[in-house]
Amino acid sequence: MTSTLTPVRSKRSALTKGQLPKYAPYVVLAAALIVGAAILALVGFNAFGWGIVSALLFAIGLVSWSAVVEGSRKAKDKLATCLVVGSFLVALLPLISVIWTVLVNGVPGLLNPGFLTTSMNGVTGVFDNRAVENGTPVLGGIYHALLGTVQITLLATLISVPVGLLTAIYLVEYGNDGRLARAITFFVDVMTGIPSIVAGLFAAAFFFAVVGPGTKTGAVAAVALSVLMIPVVVRSSEEMLKIVPNELREAAYALGVRKWRTIVKVVIPTAISGIASGVTLAIARVIGETAPILVTAGFATSINSNVFGGWMASLPTFIYTQILNPTSPANPDPSSQRAWGAALVLIILVMILNLGARLIARVFAPKTGR
Amino acid sequence: MTATPLTSNQGAARAGDKIFSGAALAAGCLILAVLFGVALFLVVQAIPALTAPAAEIQGGEGFFAYIWPIVIGTLIAAAIALVIATPISIGVALFISHFAPRRLAAGLGYVVDLLAAIPSVIYGAWGAAFLAKEISPAYNWLAANMAWLPIFQGPASATGKTILTAGIVLSVMVLPIITSLSREIFLQTPKLHEEAALALGATRWEMIKMSVLPFARPGIISAVMLGLGRALGETMAVALVLSSGALTASLIQSGNQTIAAEIALNFPEASGLKVSTLIAAGLVLFVITLAVNMIARWIITRHKEFSGAN
Repeated sequence: MTSTLTPVRSKRSALTKGQLPKYAPYVVLAAALIVGAAILALVGFNAFGWGIVSALLFAIGLVSWSAVVEGSRKAKDKLATCLVVGSFLVALLPLISVIWTVLVNGVPGLLNPGFLTTSMNGVTGVFDNRAVENGTPVLGGIYHALLGTVQITLLATLISVPVGLLTAIYLVEYGNDGRLARAITFFVDVMTGIPSIVAGLFAAAFFFAVVGPGTKTGAVAAVALSVLMIPVVVRSSEEMLKIVPNELREAAYALGVRKWRTIVKVVIPTAISGIASGVTLAIARVIGETAPILVTAGFATSINSNVFGGWMASLPTFIYTQILNPTSPANPDPSSQRAWGAALVLIILVMILNLGARLIARVFAPKTGR
Repeated sequence: MTATPLTSNQGAARAGDKIFSGAALAAGCLILAVLFGVALFLVVQAIPALTAPAAEIQGGEGFFAYIWPIVIGTLIAAAIALVIATPISIGVALFISHFAPRRLAAGLGYVVDLLAAIPSVIYGAWGAAFLAKEISPAYNWLAANMAWLPIFQGPASATGKTILTAGIVLSVMVLPIITSLSREIFLQTPKLHEEAALALGATRWEMIKMSVLPFARPGIISAVMLGLGRALGETMAVALVLSSGALTASLIQSGNQTIAAEIALNFPEASGLKVSTLIAAGLVLFVITLAVNMIARWIITRHKEFSGAN
């Protein structure tokens, strides 16, 4: 009895018949990588092209194999999966590329002695030309811009947090979803969409009309940033106040506590971690804004510690001017080195703020009894 | 008699309540006043440019002749950004909400948020220093092989600093906005709809096509419109990347200009009537983005009322 009536042609059961085997994607991937490398070798190899060609080959191979074995519906599913995963990988490319570019170009600038502790006061094209010709270190730094950014952002935070928090309290505690509350919600949403340069123009136009034409100080920039920051603070604080359990409020009222003391002593402390992290994210958002500062605070090359008088530099505008108008037009390299160094500092600041926001949210989260 | 001790303290406490609620109300009204003030001050400062004789405006042919090429340029740049960003961000949002392993999804969402956290000036610097250089061979190829399309008419810019490059940089900047908003909507799809589709034997893609996308359509539209608002108003990416010039149909030559970049490039050195002209240009931008945002928000609120499923 060597021959059986039901010959075992494959080990696969009827349930998995008409399906691609589990190892199919890996086989296709390996084949795509090899064929892709072969094609690229013919036209001149580069890693980026290899990735693209292999991805295309992989998608085509897997989908057509699936179409033959599994039919058109499964093939369409595979195609959609390939497209969705592919779009995610494509979206990662600029992120990696931006961070890589900033790191590679920014580290030499940042490591330059005195970069963080000197300003651009008195640094002219002559010094840059000399640095290029003699190979001496590039002079000048970002101290004035760093100081300006910190001052402007701090003032903007001081303006926006009280206004934004009180508005959120009004919306959640006093608004009762009335007509005014709904109007405020709608216009806060609309305000989040104001182009940053229009916010800058508003602050400029306001101070031109009130103080006098050509008023450009750090305070004007802070007002412009507040216009961008307030809606973000309102939205995040509102969300946080909304999730404070109503039982806490009712318990306080039942003890005869006044409404405003309930809000100050019970509601806000419960939500403080979320509010703080929302404010930190809002700061991270406005600290990198360039356009509003460009039209409101002008450019400065020297240290200015007075927010209410005189032009003021900031990190984003420093990057912008160093790239667009190099200190020495003949030798733009020192300027672009400074610009990338400043960009690296700015990215580090933004990342610290973002991570800080997550940390605040986690560490100060209210302790739940249950 | 017994009422006196109870009410003795009442006045001060009630005052505290009044002051606090008054402050909250004032803060809310301040926001409305600020938005109103934005419009008001822009109009007041823009009036000199709108009423000035045509010959005194830059270009010498009046405000309208000055503004319309840059309005068209703004729309072109935003359109390029949306054409590139919309399909990719819907794909990324679907990947995070329905394809990625559950444990990875939150982390991947954070990666996309990171894309939004990078300041615009850094995107501009990246576009000008890296992308423009890398992409100019592709423009040469387009100019050589696709020149029968007017938008790819050569000769291609040698530096790659064209409106198409600016549009690509803009698309990177609006991608996280569209992604995070549509991801929220995708996650709100009623689980029962999805499970019903799967139970009827639908593949994952058919389930998404039948239950997720129809549910999310208004949300996607409003997310795209919010992205459009951002792309219209974005300044730095265009100001740093584009070498601007007159309005041209070709996307791969230098030329074209957007409102926001025009303001950023000229405002710091402007004075007199030029300031008014630029503020008037800002007013035009404000009106366009306000209209786009209000339509988007209106779609969202209308959708919210009808979606009783969640």
